[in-house]
Amino acid sequence: MLRTRVIPCLLLNDESLVKTVKFGAYTYIGDPVNTVRIFNELEVDELVFLDITASRQSRGPNFKVLEDIANECFMPLAYGGGICDIEDVGRIFGIGFEKVVINSHAVQDPGFIRRVADKFGSQSVIGSIDARKNLFGRYEVFTHGGTKKASGNPLEWAQELERLGAGELLLTSMDRDGTWAGFDIKLTASVTSKVQVPVIANGGAGTVRHIGDVVGRGGASAVAVGSLVVFQGKGLGVLVNFPDKKELEEVLPR
Amino acid sequence: MITIVDYGMGNLGSIVNMFRKIGVQTFVTEEPAGVEHADKLLLPGVGAFDTAMTRIGQQGLLSLLNKKALVEKVPILGICLGMQLLTDSSEEGTLPGLGWIPARTLAFKERIDTARYKVPHMGWNTVEKNADSSLTEGFEPYEEVRFYFVHSYFVQCDDDRHSILKTTYGLRFDSAIQNGNIYGAQFHPEKSHTFGMQLFRNFARL
Repeated sequence: MLRTRVIPCLLLNDESLVKTVKFGAYTYIGDPVNTVRIFNELEVDELVFLDITASRQSRGPNFKVLEDIANECFMPLAYGGGICDIEDVGRIFGIGFEKVVINSHAVQDPGFIRRVADKFGSQSVIGSIDARKNLFGRYEVFTHGGTKKASGNPLEWAQELERLGAGELLLTSMDRDGTWAGFDIKLTASVTSKVQVPVIANGGAGTVRHIGDVVGRGGASAVAVGSLVVFQGKGLGVLVNFPDKKELEEVLPR
Repeated sequence: MITIVDYGMGNLGSIVNMFRKIGVQTFVTEEPAGVEHADKLLLPGVGAFDTAMTRIGQQGLLSLLNKKALVEKVPILGICLGMQLLTDSSEEGTLPGLGWIPARTLAFKERIDTARYKVPHMGWNTVEKNADSSLTEGFEPYEEVRFYFVHSYFVQCDDDRHSILKTTYGLRFDSAIQNGNIYGAQFHPEKSHTFGMQLFRNFARL
């Protein structure tokens, strides 16, 4: 059987690795290439890199950094951030990444997802949704690193991304990002129950138990982790690490 | 030195990088002249079967590859689509394959419950040993071994003795194959960290 993927989701601010709390204040983590080397040693399943300032700064991907990362990485790789051009997608795959993550530009031009899927296959496109609860407890969709509100709700947008050809969805709870408080199970379950494609739950991982919960109760196919794998603990210093395999096996359905 | 045949199908960077990591020299070529003197060949590949076979033909590599494989019998490793090319045919296309291993490449679709098992088969999966091979030396115990797969078509050997590893995804398929000096791996060793490195080391030692 396939194993449930536990994926470090690493945030780039152009050339540096950073980590946010609720999409706001960020801490400098280090150099992406050194971090990748550690994840190699830890034999992680897969890595996702998101350049969180690219769209906001109307900047394309930093191909040099992506090349440096791919040269050190012996695992599947995904990249998101500032992708608006199908030629950039081809270049990212040429560098050695397997998947692209598309968020802001999918909202601006939904046909882009379709074009990428048609050209490179659905398995190479991750549609990304950043969701936040408003004052009335309703979920809203945001783009450009959480700075611009889009129309519609996460479920509608997830279904649309699936219809357009996204092979996977990355569903991020902005409210839980960097909080160590656990995933937003309700948000995750509301989407996973209505789409066929795998959903990667993101935002809030603080313990291995949280990972088990969002898979077991939230129906997530895969789990993204951030703070958990770059900090020693909540409020503590930088320490690149990965949960113990035995502990993960205990909480994950096989 | 391992000669990587570039027939324009997919990224070779990760493969080159992994060999560099384990201290093995590689040489990437798309020219018959580059293949002519190779003592070990690697056929990579992501993409469609017919496109790959067409490119191999257009680049003037077909008869040369046949000579290397069948007359000189140099070790050859096909990865992913590169493994499927070793078979007689594929349901993905209409062109004949290289036919170096009696086997067929079949579609997952229609044969597995696609509501439960999505196609492509993408992600990490385990392997079971089916036959001894120098390609899989050092893999024991197999419980720990896993590889990264991305494919919509799978290989089924006509003779089960050519199947060295099997993997289950809705059905059991041949995830690594061997016929004498010809080897194939359906998964991506270059994306399967230590397990992939072990397989590449084994190939480099042949």
